[in-house]
Amino acid sequence: MTRTLATTRRVLQQLSHDPRSIAMIVVLPSLLLWLFKYVFDGSPVVFNRVGPQMLGIFPFIVMFLVTSVTMVRERTSGTLERLLTTPLRRGELILGYGLAFGAAALAQSVVTSTVAIWLLDMDVNTPWAIVLFAVTDAVLGTALGLLMSAFAVTEFQAVQFMPLVVIPQLLLCGLLAPRDSMPDVLRMLSDVLPLSYAADAFTELGSTSDFTSTLTRDLVILIGCCVLALTGASLTLRRRTP
Amino acid sequence: MLNSPAIEVDGLTVIRGGNTVLPDLTVSVPRGSVTGLVGPSGCGKSTLIRAIAGIQIIKSGTVTVLDGPAGTPVAREQVGYVTQSSSVYPDLTVMQNLRYFAALTGSDDTAIHDAVANVGLADKLDALVADLSGGQRTRVSLAAALLSDPELYLLDEPTVGLDPVLRRDLWQLFQRLASEGKTLLVSSHVMDEAGRCDRVLLMREGRIIADATPDELRETTGEQDLERAFLVLAEGKAAS
Repeated sequence: MTRTLATTRRVLQQLSHDPRSIAMIVVLPSLLLWLFKYVFDGSPVVFNRVGPQMLGIFPFIVMFLVTSVTMVRERTSGTLERLLTTPLRRGELILGYGLAFGAAALAQSVVTSTVAIWLLDMDVNTPWAIVLFAVTDAVLGTALGLLMSAFAVTEFQAVQFMPLVVIPQLLLCGLLAPRDSMPDVLRMLSDVLPLSYAADAFTELGSTSDFTSTLTRDLVILIGCCVLALTGASLTLRRRTP
Repeated sequence: MLNSPAIEVDGLTVIRGGNTVLPDLTVSVPRGSVTGLVGPSGCGKSTLIRAIAGIQIIKSGTVTVLDGPAGTPVAREQVGYVTQSSSVYPDLTVMQNLRYFAALTGSDDTAIHDAVANVGLADKLDALVADLSGGQRTRVSLAAALLSDPELYLLDEPTVGLDPVLRRDLWQLFQRLASEGKTLLVSSHVMDEAGRCDRVLLMREGRIIADATPDELRETTGEQDLERAFLVLAEGKAAS
């Protein structure tokens, strides 16, 4: 555990030397949400329907990108190779990363949700549940970023995994078209993609004030996906390389 | 136990990108000494060191480190590996880097202060690594390996680009560590550094062409200059 937390502290310290990235992580989703609201100024119903889902999707995308690039940088700089010759275990490294970006995600979600609810008048009943799901989505983005970084040799490749991993999930998650109206094959595909459950949860949060059993199910599935992706990430992290 | 070699490589074959980098290499390194791994760039020095550190995929052969297989948790506790490029975090200060590596190996702040003093960076603790020169970064990297006081040091070209005074100081540090019973395997492509080692492994095209003390090298080749001795051995090997 000491080594996991040391890794978390180190990643956060690296981030603290990069104020521009901190600003992007914390402020960017709020700005995009603000833009979104005024683009649909004529039809506020759109913002109230899709806005809450954006709260879950932005952290997912941002954290996926930040994590996969950071991890590839660790690989190309030789520090990963060095870490793998120390007593640090692969799972400890991956979990350390997950915790660090989870903390960054918490800051991001609190700011974004506050802006959305109090400045942009987004209509949600349970702000704490919004933050809870936003953080879970961000951790999911981090976990998938860690997993995908195993397949990227350069930062250039890592950035291009974003459209590969994120856009199909955006199209299939029910944000643009209800999942029930999709052809069977696509609907089944959307059933196994984690972002579908995130979108589902935010739709639910927009319409109810209770923590319903649907929300519990979505949360369990999302956390399960995080665990799966983090496990996959530590297994695909090879100690011996060619 | 104590008299067994620190490193035993037996029949090691490594293939990288379709090329056989190390063909059936067998070598051992005695404990409590500074062994130089000297040869031109591209001869397989780094690959051999990576195999000993346990992070190189090998085709066949065995690598034994301190009486156990390379790369296991037990071996990793006792080995300090410094890569050729300075593998520390440029976006952290020297202190933040060393605190992290200290936490990974369970060492304390005293170890950090000893390590920076040993590499002559005590006045740079709060400097961002990105703002340091290449030679200073290499020394931060070396300090990170010193923290855990390992039994075996694997140092891949640790003195490249350093000024002569610092180079001399580091070789004195290596000798001091060896006199405390530690084992050091130090690679270099500069022949005159071979003279500073207790024992020299001359390497060329993936093969060890000599395994001797510097004096023995001079004696067998009849050359006082080790660069020339290397030439004699390399060409003798090529002819046979």
